[in-house]
Order: sequence, then structure tokens, then C-alpha cells
Amino acid sequence: MEVTATNSNEETNVWGGGNKPLNASYGKMMMWFFIVSDALTFSGFLVAYGFSRFKNIDSWPIADEVFTHFPFLHGVDAPMYYVALMTFILIFSSVTMVLAVDAGHHMNKAKVTFYMLLTIIGGAIFVGSQAWEWKNFIKGEYGALETRGGQILQFVDADTGKRVALESFAATIASDRATHESSNGLWFMSESSLPNFSVEEIKAGFTTSENLVIRGEKIDDKGHKIILSREASLAKINDAVGVVEGANLIHNEYGNRLFADFFFFITGFHGFHVFSGVVINIIIFFNVIRGTYERRGHYEMVEKVGLYWHFVDLVWVFVFTFFYLV
Amino acid sequence: MAQAEHKLAIFRGLLKFKSNVQKIWGVLIFLSIVTTIEVVLGIVKPTSLMNMFFGMKILNWIFIILTIVKAYYIAWDFMHIRDEKSSFKGSIVLPLIILIPYLAFILLVEADYIFDVMNQGFISWNF
Repeated sequence: MEVTATNSNEETNVWGGGNKPLNASYGKMMMWFFIVSDALTFSGFLVAYGFSRFKNIDSWPIADEVFTHFPFLHGVDAPMYYVALMTFILIFSSVTMVLAVDAGHHMNKAKVTFYMLLTIIGGAIFVGSQAWEWKNFIKGEYGALETRGGQILQFVDADTGKRVALESFAATIASDRATHESSNGLWFMSESSLPNFSVEEIKAGFTTSENLVIRGEKIDDKGHKIILSREASLAKINDAVGVVEGANLIHNEYGNRLFADFFFFITGFHGFHVFSGVVINIIIFFNVIRGTYERRGHYEMVEKVGLYWHFVDLVWVFVFTFFYLV
Repeated sequence: MAQAEHKLAIFRGLLKFKSNVQKIWGVLIFLSIVTTIEVVLGIVKPTSLMNMFFGMKILNWIFIILTIVKAYYIAWDFMHIRDEKSSFKGSIVLPLIILIPYLAFILLVEADYIFDVMNQGFISWNF
């Protein structure tokens, strides 16, 4: 690939520049070393995730039960299908990228343009999908109670074993409790919007619904969450101090709070990489259209952004495994 | 010129492609098959693979090994590491395969220890 990379001044002098140690051009080598350092950053994050998971090995949320949505299929339990689709989209955009690099080696401007465009579209679809995943994760589905120690209590139907949403059994108790905003209370204090139900409403609704039981965070040796008996559930619900709907950095209806923190942090950091990759690809795409690389005589720039793009795909392969599969 | 530079054989020479483009599609098919296996295993979760092996479920070991296989083919064929000089290959890959398993090893052992302390200690963490 270096054959086409003609430098304006062919230097034979070692100190005159133009030498290629390890047979890689300066830009490509630096892109590789950036990727090495970025790979270490991501592995640091993923190992930290593993640390928290091994520390809470008997109570970590089960990913299959968290990510169950598929676009346009409401209420259908579809664990992982959408993430698998996202993975395929990203791998495919990686393929169009490498095809663009290959077309660049043949100085085929039309093909480079076409494949770069496909890569950008694939990347944009992926970022959009991730945003949609975040939306579902933040919004939550069933809601749960939180104890003083930060444990999550979820509700299941004792007969079917299916999860039950808070709104389907919560009682209605009139209350004057309003959201504390700095404009209507103490000027130096405020709180985020209150959950739709109070703990008292959930407790009242739970005691009258005989078929409901509580599911805690603990996992049995088969890998399922342990479901309490009705008596134990009635005792356990008194530990609850708050209602959680959805997830944010402080509360998480799916289980351990760290799970949500790492989800936001790692997929967010990866999504930011995808986003910046798309932006860089768009810049290079316009350079290709304008004929910059045609005049330069080689398409090595496409190859360099291609390396970055493949790296983003590579990281996703690992994030997919450790967040959704393992 | 580009054709001559690409190494077109994968699986240790078992599969040889005629052109670089063909190799790219071949690798895509291989990666898709591996991903499909992962997703099917993740949904079915065969009970025979849920037994523990060296601190983790066998299923999880399979996932991790398949992931590393995928990473290898992405780096080697899409990122063209296969075509680089072996000294350049080494300077990229060696730091990663030395440092990452080391970091994972020390932190996971430590986490396992903390789990034991919290599990068997006299302080209740679930109040």
C-alpha cells in the first residue's frame, strides 16, 4: 500500500525524514499507537465492571431481563435480539469501511465514496439504536421498591412468575406531598420529580393483592433471582423506603446501582467513540468527493480513519459480550 | 500492487481467497456465524453449559473465547495486521496481551476476596 504513497521529496538520508520504521507510515503508526492506548482505557473500564460484578456475584442484575425491547414490538419479550442486530449493523459497517480502503488502494474514487457513505449510514443507525436503548433503560418498565441499604425489591405474580408493573396494583392514597422546587420551598434546595407512586400506595396495594410476591436481588445457584414466599414478602416490604422507576446514576430499578452506572459509562464512552468516528468519516467522505486524495495520489487517510472505525467495532464486540452475554 | 501485498489465506492457510475483496466477505460470513452462535447460546442457555469451570460458568468461557476469536479476525483482516511486519505486529499486540490479562487477573481475584469478606463477615450489608 505504500507504493502509491509518493512523497514529494524521496529522501535516502536517514536524518532527512521520509523513512518508514517498521514499514508503516507515520500517520498510520500513530493511529495504531493511539488505538493501543484507547484499548487499554476500555479494558480498564471493562475490568472495573468485572470487579464490581465479581464483588456482587450473587446479586448482579441479569442482562436478559433488562434489555428486552425491540422496536415496534410492544410488550414482546425479546431479550438481546436488538443488541444482536446492532452488533450485525456495526460489523457490516466495518466491512463497508474495509471495502472503501480496498477501493482506495485501486484509486477508485466512485467506489470509495459509495462505501464511505454506507459506513456513515451504518454508524448513524448504530448510534441511534444506542440512544433508543438508553431511552428504554432510563424509562424503565415495571418499577421497583428500594430498601434503606439500596437493595431493589421487584414484584412478580406468584402463579405465573412474570414481573408485575407498579401501576397495575398500586392503591391510590391522597397526599399533599409535592415536588420540592427551589421556587416553592427552601431556595437553596430542590429535588428531581417524584415517582408516580408513594411507598405507602405500593404497600397498601401489595397487601390487598394476594397473588403478588417479592423478588430480591439475590441469585440462586441456577442463575435465577430468588422469589420470596408471600409471608416473607409481606415482612420484606416494610424495609422499603423509596419507589424507583427506571434508572439513573443514583437509583436503578433493575438491581445493583453500579450496573446502571457502568452501563451509562461504558456504553456512553463507546457511543461517543462511534459518534466521533461518524464525524471523522463524514469529513473524510467530503474530502474524497472533492478529490483531495485523488490529487494527493493515495487514499491513506481513508485507511487511517478505517483503523479507528474498526477499533470502535472491536470494542463493541467486547462490550456486547461482557454487558449482554456473560 | 495492493493485491500482491495482502496475505489472502486465513485459518492457517486452510482457506485461500482469490482477491482481497473476496477475503473481506469471507471474514464477514465467519464473524456473522460466530455472532449467531453467541446469540443463540445466550438465548437458549443450555443447562449442560451452566456448570462452573475455573471460577466461571462454561458458557461464559465459551462467550469470552468466541469474542477473542472475533477480535482476532477483525484486527488481522479488517485492520490488516496480517500484512504488517512482525515487529510492528508485536509492538501493537504484545502490550495488550500482556497488560489486559494481568489487570483482569489481579482485579478479579481482589473482587472475589471482597465478596468473601462481605459474605462471611459479621457486618450485614443488607440493612
